[in-house]
Amino acid sequence: MAPSDYTPLILSLKVAAISTTIVFVTGIFFAHLFARKQFFGKSLIESFFLLPLVLPPTVVGFGLLLLFGKNGWLGKWLLEWFDVQIVFSWIGAVIASIVVSFPLMYQSAAAAFENVDGRLENAARTMGASNWRVFWTIAFPLAWPGLLAGLVLSFARGLGEFGATLMLAGYIPGKTDTIPMAIYFAVESGHMEKATFWVIIIVALGFSTITWLNWWSKRNMRRFANEKGR
Amino acid sequence: MQRTLFFLLMSCCFVLLEGCGKEEGNDQGAIERSEIMVSAAASLTDALTELQTTFENEHTDIQVRFNFGSSGKLATQIEKGAPADVFLSASEQDMDRLEKADLINPESRINFTENTLVLIANEDAKNSAVSFEDIKPSSLQHFAIGDPESVPAGRYSKEVLVKLGLWELLQGKLVYGSDVRQVLTHVEMGNADYGIVYSSDAAISKQVKVLASADESWHTPIEYPGAVLSKTEHAEQAQAFLDFVQGEEGKAVLRKYGFQ
Repeated sequence: MAPSDYTPLILSLKVAAISTTIVFVTGIFFAHLFARKQFFGKSLIESFFLLPLVLPPTVVGFGLLLLFGKNGWLGKWLLEWFDVQIVFSWIGAVIASIVVSFPLMYQSAAAAFENVDGRLENAARTMGASNWRVFWTIAFPLAWPGLLAGLVLSFARGLGEFGATLMLAGYIPGKTDTIPMAIYFAVESGHMEKATFWVIIIVALGFSTITWLNWWSKRNMRRFANEKGR
Repeated sequence: MQRTLFFLLMSCCFVLLEGCGKEEGNDQGAIERSEIMVSAAASLTDALTELQTTFENEHTDIQVRFNFGSSGKLATQIEKGAPADVFLSASEQDMDRLEKADLINPESRINFTENTLVLIANEDAKNSAVSFEDIKPSSLQHFAIGDPESVPAGRYSKEVLVKLGLWELLQGKLVYGSDVRQVLTHVEMGNADYGIVYSSDAAISKQVKVLASADESWHTPIEYPGAVLSKTEHAEQAQAFLDFVQGEEGKAVLRKYGFQ
């Protein structure tokens, strides 16, 4: 039953890991930047951030093709100046994953930072702590549960991304065939056993990721609570 | 922890809601008495859409609905019990699969048209090959064909590339489309250097140029078999549509779109 080729597994993990890392950092950056700030156009920018969540993957894929295609606005420039081709490459799969999972990370992080008591941060500042230190010692630890939820969801969403990926990264066996892609084409060609194999793998992967992160966060929460109590 | 769970659940709702949107529209219809569902190869999209209007004007009691896709996918859907009354396939192989499983009425089965394969490039492409033999795998980046496992055009394309000794050389550069129209799109947008599609697909696009036609001895003959499905509840109407497609008007429209 097992397929001879395991590239979909390795590729999916690589794509989801890279996109989650990027989304985790940028999501936190923008969420923290915008938290408790009101300025003209904030809700417009936030709506733009969250747009991929409500758009069908085909629309996201179409937009990415217009942007990163060989004749696309950004794609043309990247090709001419850096000789980098995004379309039909695994980097295309990473970009598609980033775009669809960013809203989940941003949303979780924004809600988490808004729940942090601003007086604690101000108290730290009056005692001379730098913004950087305030962030790492107060905002980040207190927001951690929400940030972790965003991390888990982004990873899961990145792992499962299909529609936009098919349009931007194409289906090149051994190069851009992530697990969802392998499942889709196995079903289309009637290879139900192969499809079932990959379905089991991705379910196991999703399940173990969430279980591990939950266990890990519980352990860390306990340690955090102990440190505070000391 | 509770907060983590709350965020997880809340965001899961978002994800689920998004998922629901995709399912819409599949299960509508089929209640009306004289509505027939035609599962047809993606390459037939434009020709059949034009034929639909003429057919419905002549048969006011029948409403035709289409489900376009790769013949392999459509055959799998029918095997798994998807509702359909007529199957118009781009390959004998997929129709054979259904016939063996007693899913079609073998008496209704007929080859209603033929097609040829062509090598295409983007309209603005420079220094393109002038024939199949002229293709230089080392100097191209991406070559689009249909997925050979599920798309008939892809299977025929693979036969051609194997026959010409290009298959091995193109490994890692072949981008597989989920149907033949996606292959066309890859070339139209300039993302693939070359593509192999049916002459009928190339005929409807202004953004691609036909470089060469594949020799018919290089691949299995591209016959389009059509049949009424055995599980249909509208056998008469389904047969009427199939007769119409292979009739004078059907043939004329198919020819107009580049079929033989």
